Amino acid sequence: MKSLAELQAIKEKMKDKVVLREGSNEIRVVVGMATCGIAAGARPVLNAFVEGVNNNGLSEKVSVSQTGCIGICQYEPIVEIFEAGKEKVTYVKVDAEKADRIVKEHLKGGKVVAEYTLASVNA
Amino acid sequence: MKEISLNILDIAENSVKANAALTEIDITEDNERIILTITDNGNGMTEETLKTVTNPFYTTRTTRKVGMGLPLLKLEAEQTGGSLEISSKHISQFPDNHGTVVRATFYKNHIDCTPLGDVVASITTLIQGHPDRDFLFTHSFGEKTVSLDTRQLREVLEDVPLDSYEVIKWVGEYLKEQYTA
Repeated sequence: MKSLAELQAIKEKMKDKVVLREGSNEIRVVVGMATCGIAAGARPVLNAFVEGVNNNGLSEKVSVSQTGCIGICQYEPIVEIFEAGKEKVTYVKVDAEKADRIVKEHLKGGKVVAEYTLASVNA
Repeated sequence: MKEISLNILDIAENSVKANAALTEIDITEDNERIILTITDNGNGMTEETLKTVTNPFYTTRTTRKVGMGLPLLKLEAEQTGGSLEISSKHISQFPDNHGTVVRATFYKNHIDCTPLGDVVASITTLIQGHPDRDFLFTHSFGEKTVSLDTRQLREVLEDVPLDSYEVIKWVGEYLKEQYTA
Protein backbone atom coordinates (compact mmCIF):
# COMPACT_ATOMS: atom_id res chain seq x y z
CA MET A 1 0.00 0.00 0.00
CA LYS A 2 1.31 3.45 -0.95
CA SER A 3 1.87 5.71 2.01
CA LEU A 4 3.09 9.22 2.76
CA ALA A 5 6.24 7.60 4.16
CA GLU A 6 7.01 6.41 0.67
CA LEU A 7 6.58 9.97 -0.56
CA GLN A 8 9.08 11.03 2.08
CA ALA A 9 11.58 8.61 0.53
CA ILE A 10 10.94 10.12 -2.91
CA LYS A 11 11.64 13.53 -1.43
CA GLU A 12 14.95 12.43 0.05
CA LYS A 13 15.97 10.99 -3.29
CA MET A 14 14.90 14.08 -5.26
CA LYS A 15 16.22 16.76 -2.94
CA ASP A 16 19.64 17.01 -4.56
CA LYS A 17 18.29 16.78 -8.08
CA VAL A 18 15.99 19.79 -7.76
CA VAL A 19 18.72 22.41 -7.77
CA LEU A 20 20.35 20.75 -10.72
CA ARG A 21 17.16 20.67 -12.76
CA GLU A 22 16.20 24.29 -12.41
CA GLY A 23 16.89 26.26 -15.56
CA SER A 24 18.56 23.38 -17.35
CA ASN A 25 15.64 22.54 -19.65
CA GLU A 26 16.74 23.24 -23.18
CA ILE A 27 13.60 21.97 -24.87
CA ARG A 28 10.03 22.83 -23.92
CA VAL A 29 7.17 20.57 -24.97
CA VAL A 30 3.80 22.34 -24.67
CA VAL A 31 0.51 20.45 -25.02
CA GLY A 32 -2.75 22.32 -25.73
CA MET A 33 -5.14 21.45 -22.90
CA ALA A 34 -8.15 23.72 -23.40
CA THR A 35 -11.64 22.26 -23.97
CA CYS A 36 -10.82 21.62 -27.64
CA GLY A 37 -7.58 19.81 -26.86
CA ILE A 38 -9.04 17.73 -24.03
CA ALA A 39 -12.04 16.69 -26.13
CA ALA A 40 -9.74 15.68 -29.01
CA GLY A 41 -7.59 13.45 -26.78
CA ALA A 42 -4.84 15.64 -25.30
CA ARG A 43 -4.79 13.90 -21.91
CA PRO A 44 -3.19 10.62 -23.12
CA VAL A 45 -0.85 12.65 -25.35
CA LEU A 46 0.41 14.67 -22.40
CA ASN A 47 0.83 11.47 -20.43
CA ALA A 48 2.80 9.87 -23.27
CA PHE A 49 5.21 12.82 -23.32
CA VAL A 50 5.63 12.79 -19.53
CA GLU A 51 6.34 9.03 -19.60
CA GLY A 52 8.46 9.16 -22.76
CA VAL A 53 10.68 12.00 -21.56
CA ASN A 54 11.33 10.15 -18.31
CA ASN A 55 11.80 6.70 -19.84
CA ASN A 56 14.27 7.98 -22.39
CA GLY A 57 16.32 9.77 -19.74
CA LEU A 58 15.50 13.22 -21.09
CA SER A 59 14.17 14.86 -17.90
CA GLU A 60 17.25 17.03 -17.50
CA LYS A 61 16.90 18.40 -20.99
CA VAL A 62 13.16 18.48 -21.70
CA SER A 63 10.24 19.99 -19.80
CA VAL A 64 6.60 19.10 -20.51
CA SER A 65 3.91 21.67 -19.79
CA GLN A 66 0.30 22.48 -20.60
CA THR A 67 -1.27 25.49 -22.23
CA GLY A 68 -4.71 26.76 -23.24
CA CYS A 69 -6.25 27.01 -26.68
CA ILE A 70 -3.71 27.57 -29.44
CA GLY A 71 -6.41 28.79 -31.86
CA ILE A 72 -6.55 26.04 -34.48
CA CYS A 73 -8.91 23.67 -32.68
CA GLN A 74 -9.56 21.52 -35.75
CA TYR A 75 -5.96 20.29 -35.52
CA GLU A 76 -6.07 19.27 -31.83
CA PRO A 77 -4.39 17.59 -30.05
CA ILE A 78 -1.61 20.08 -30.78
CA VAL A 79 1.90 19.91 -29.38
CA GLU A 80 4.41 22.72 -29.75
CA ILE A 81 8.13 22.21 -29.29
CA PHE A 82 10.33 25.15 -28.39
CA GLU A 83 14.09 24.92 -28.52
CA ALA A 84 16.49 27.81 -28.03
CA GLY A 85 17.90 29.03 -31.34
CA LYS A 86 15.50 26.95 -33.42
CA GLU A 87 12.15 27.63 -35.00
CA LYS A 88 9.08 26.40 -33.11
CA VAL A 89 7.75 23.04 -34.36
CA THR A 90 3.97 22.50 -34.25
CA TYR A 91 2.72 18.92 -34.31
CA VAL A 92 -0.98 18.40 -35.06
CA LYS A 93 -3.56 15.65 -34.50
CA VAL A 94 -1.14 13.96 -32.16
CA ASP A 95 -2.00 10.71 -30.39
CA ALA A 96 -0.04 8.64 -27.86
CA GLU A 97 1.72 6.63 -30.59
CA LYS A 98 2.79 9.71 -32.51
CA ALA A 99 3.96 11.20 -29.20
CA ASP A 100 6.24 8.19 -28.66
CA ARG A 101 7.79 8.69 -32.08
CA ILE A 102 8.24 12.43 -31.51
CA VAL A 103 10.01 11.70 -28.21
CA LYS A 104 12.39 9.19 -29.80
CA GLU A 105 13.09 10.91 -33.12
CA HIS A 106 12.79 14.59 -32.28
CA LEU A 107 13.48 15.07 -28.58
CA LYS A 108 16.08 12.32 -28.35
CA GLY A 109 17.34 12.11 -31.92
CA GLY A 110 17.10 15.78 -32.86
CA LYS A 111 15.20 15.11 -36.08
CA VAL A 112 11.76 16.68 -36.64
CA VAL A 113 9.03 14.15 -37.57
CA ALA A 114 8.00 16.18 -40.62
CA GLU A 115 4.90 14.18 -41.51
CA TYR A 116 3.17 15.07 -38.22
CA THR A 117 3.77 18.81 -38.42
CA LEU A 118 1.27 21.53 -39.21
CA ALA A 119 3.46 22.51 -42.16
CA SER A 120 2.96 19.09 -43.76
CA VAL A 121 -0.83 19.20 -43.26
CA ASN A 122 -1.03 22.59 -44.93
CA ALA A 123 1.29 21.65 -47.75
CA MET B 1 -16.54 14.71 -24.06
CA LYS B 2 -16.11 10.96 -24.04
CA GLU B 3 -15.72 10.75 -20.27
CA ILE B 4 -16.99 12.84 -17.34
CA SER B 5 -13.39 12.77 -16.08
CA LEU B 6 -12.42 14.89 -19.11
CA ASN B 7 -15.05 17.47 -18.14
CA ILE B 8 -13.49 17.49 -14.68
CA LEU B 9 -10.09 18.29 -16.14
CA ASP B 10 -11.61 20.99 -18.34
CA ILE B 11 -13.74 22.69 -15.66
CA ALA B 12 -10.97 22.57 -13.06
CA GLU B 13 -8.82 24.51 -15.55
CA ASN B 14 -11.33 27.37 -15.23
CA SER B 15 -10.67 27.42 -11.49
CA VAL B 16 -6.93 27.55 -12.05
CA LYS B 17 -7.36 30.38 -14.56
CA ALA B 18 -9.51 32.24 -12.02
CA ASN B 19 -6.47 32.20 -9.73
CA ALA B 20 -7.79 29.61 -7.29
CA ALA B 21 -5.18 28.55 -4.75
CA LEU B 22 -7.36 25.57 -3.85
CA THR B 23 -9.76 23.65 -6.09
CA GLU B 24 -11.90 20.95 -4.53
CA ILE B 25 -13.18 18.20 -6.78
CA ASP B 26 -15.81 15.98 -5.25
CA ILE B 27 -17.60 13.08 -6.89
CA THR B 28 -20.42 11.55 -4.89
CA GLU B 29 -22.23 8.55 -6.29
CA ASP B 30 -25.35 6.80 -5.12
CA ASN B 31 -27.38 4.13 -6.88
CA GLU B 32 -28.93 6.64 -9.24
CA ARG B 33 -26.70 9.64 -9.55
CA ILE B 34 -23.20 10.92 -10.05
CA ILE B 35 -22.91 14.33 -8.45
CA LEU B 36 -19.81 16.26 -9.46
CA THR B 37 -18.97 19.35 -7.43
CA ILE B 38 -16.03 21.61 -8.21
CA THR B 39 -15.49 24.31 -5.60
CA ASP B 40 -12.72 26.88 -5.86
CA ASN B 41 -11.50 29.95 -4.01
CA GLY B 42 -10.65 31.80 -7.20
CA ASN B 43 -11.74 35.28 -8.28
CA GLY B 44 -15.35 34.24 -8.83
CA MET B 45 -17.73 35.77 -11.34
CA THR B 46 -20.02 38.76 -11.27
CA GLU B 47 -23.77 38.15 -11.58
CA GLU B 48 -23.61 39.36 -15.15
CA THR B 49 -20.89 36.90 -16.12
CA LEU B 50 -22.69 34.12 -14.31
CA LYS B 51 -25.78 34.66 -16.47
CA THR B 52 -23.86 34.20 -19.71
CA VAL B 53 -21.42 31.50 -18.70
CA THR B 54 -23.33 28.51 -20.09
CA ASN B 55 -23.79 30.31 -23.37
CA PRO B 56 -21.26 28.91 -25.87
CA PHE B 57 -20.67 32.40 -27.21
CA TYR B 58 -19.22 33.52 -23.90
CA THR B 59 -15.57 32.72 -23.28
CA THR B 60 -12.54 34.06 -21.47
CA ARG B 61 -10.18 32.82 -24.11
CA THR B 62 -8.66 35.28 -26.50
CA THR B 63 -7.79 32.94 -29.35
CA ARG B 64 -11.39 32.12 -30.30
CA LYS B 65 -14.84 33.52 -29.73
CA VAL B 66 -16.56 30.43 -28.35
CA GLY B 67 -16.21 28.61 -25.03
CA MET B 68 -17.64 25.13 -24.86
CA GLY B 69 -16.53 23.92 -21.43
CA LEU B 70 -19.56 24.71 -19.25
CA PRO B 71 -22.12 24.42 -22.10
CA LEU B 72 -20.85 20.89 -22.79
CA LEU B 73 -21.04 19.89 -19.14
CA LYS B 74 -24.58 21.31 -18.94
CA LEU B 75 -25.67 19.41 -22.04
CA GLU B 76 -24.13 16.16 -20.83
CA ALA B 77 -25.81 16.45 -17.42
CA GLU B 78 -29.19 17.48 -18.82
CA GLN B 79 -29.29 14.72 -21.41
CA THR B 80 -29.40 12.24 -18.49
CA GLY B 81 -32.28 14.12 -16.82
CA GLY B 82 -29.81 15.86 -14.52
CA SER B 83 -28.77 19.46 -14.17
CA LEU B 84 -25.97 21.98 -13.85
CA GLU B 85 -25.90 24.61 -11.12
CA ILE B 86 -23.32 27.33 -10.77
CA SER B 87 -22.97 29.81 -7.97
CA SER B 88 -20.22 32.35 -7.59
CA LYS B 89 -18.97 35.20 -5.46
CA HIS B 90 -16.84 37.75 -7.24
CA ILE B 91 -13.77 39.09 -5.53
CA SER B 92 -14.96 42.71 -5.97
CA GLN B 93 -17.98 42.10 -3.76
CA PHE B 94 -16.62 39.33 -1.54
CA PRO B 95 -12.96 40.13 -0.91
CA ASP B 96 -12.68 37.52 1.84
CA ASN B 97 -14.74 34.56 0.64
CA HIS B 98 -14.84 34.63 -3.14
CA GLY B 99 -14.95 31.65 -5.44
CA THR B 100 -17.14 29.48 -7.60
CA VAL B 101 -19.11 26.27 -7.12
CA VAL B 102 -20.07 24.19 -10.16
CA ARG B 103 -22.32 21.22 -9.53
CA ALA B 104 -23.39 18.75 -12.20
CA THR B 105 -25.83 15.95 -11.51
CA PHE B 106 -25.91 12.96 -13.86
CA TYR B 107 -28.43 10.12 -13.74
CA LYS B 108 -26.14 7.22 -14.34
CA ASN B 109 -28.74 4.68 -15.42
CA HIS B 110 -29.86 6.91 -18.26
CA ILE B 111 -28.73 5.55 -21.62
CA ASP B 112 -27.16 8.90 -22.53
CA CYS B 113 -25.01 9.10 -19.40
CA THR B 114 -21.33 9.57 -20.26
CA PRO B 115 -19.08 7.13 -18.37
CA LEU B 116 -17.03 8.59 -15.53
CA GLY B 117 -13.83 7.35 -17.17
CA ASP B 118 -10.26 7.66 -15.96
CA VAL B 119 -10.57 10.10 -13.07
CA VAL B 120 -7.07 9.27 -11.81
CA ALA B 121 -5.53 10.40 -15.12
CA SER B 122 -7.38 13.70 -14.86
CA ILE B 123 -6.17 14.35 -11.32
CA THR B 124 -2.54 13.54 -12.16
CA THR B 125 -2.80 15.70 -15.28
CA LEU B 126 -4.11 18.64 -13.23
CA ILE B 127 -1.28 18.34 -10.72
CA GLN B 128 1.32 17.95 -13.49
CA GLY B 129 0.06 21.12 -15.17
CA HIS B 130 -0.32 23.20 -12.02
CA PRO B 131 2.21 22.10 -9.41
CA ASP B 132 1.89 25.43 -7.59
CA ARG B 133 -1.85 25.06 -6.94
CA ASP B 134 -3.66 22.86 -4.45
CA PHE B 135 -6.30 20.27 -5.24
CA LEU B 136 -8.49 18.33 -2.87
CA PHE B 137 -10.04 15.32 -4.53
CA THR B 138 -12.69 13.07 -3.00
CA HIS B 139 -14.72 10.34 -4.65
CA SER B 140 -17.37 8.57 -2.57
CA PHE B 141 -19.29 5.53 -3.75
CA GLY B 142 -20.91 2.77 -1.74
CA GLU B 143 -19.01 2.56 1.51
CA LYS B 144 -15.81 3.82 0.00
CA THR B 145 -14.10 7.20 -0.23
CA VAL B 146 -10.99 7.75 -2.33
CA SER B 147 -9.16 10.98 -1.55
CA LEU B 148 -6.07 13.06 -2.19
CA ASP B 149 -5.02 16.42 -0.78
CA THR B 150 -2.01 18.08 -2.43
CA ARG B 151 -1.53 20.25 0.67
CA GLN B 152 -0.60 17.09 2.57
CA LEU B 153 1.82 16.06 -0.17
CA ARG B 154 3.39 19.51 -0.20
CA GLU B 155 4.03 19.28 3.54
CA VAL B 156 5.99 16.08 3.02
CA LEU B 157 7.74 17.14 -0.18
CA GLU B 158 8.82 20.64 0.93
CA ASP B 159 10.96 21.98 -1.97
CA VAL B 160 10.44 19.03 -4.29
CA PRO B 161 7.96 20.16 -6.97
CA LEU B 162 4.69 18.29 -7.31
CA ASP B 163 5.20 17.89 -11.05
CA SER B 164 8.33 15.78 -10.58
CA TYR B 165 7.90 12.56 -12.53
CA GLU B 166 8.32 10.39 -9.41
CA VAL B 167 5.68 12.37 -7.52
CA ILE B 168 3.11 12.28 -10.34
CA LYS B 169 3.70 8.56 -10.71
CA TRP B 170 3.25 8.08 -6.96
CA VAL B 171 0.00 10.07 -6.97
CA GLY B 172 -1.41 7.91 -9.77
CA GLU B 173 -0.52 4.69 -8.00
CA TYR B 174 -1.70 6.00 -4.63
CA LEU B 175 -5.14 6.77 -6.07
CA LYS B 176 -5.38 3.53 -8.05
CA GLU B 177 -4.59 1.54 -4.93
CA GLN B 178 -7.38 3.28 -3.06
CA TYR B 179 -9.82 2.28 -5.80
CA THR B 180 -8.78 -1.36 -5.81
CA ALA B 181 -8.22 -1.78 -2.06
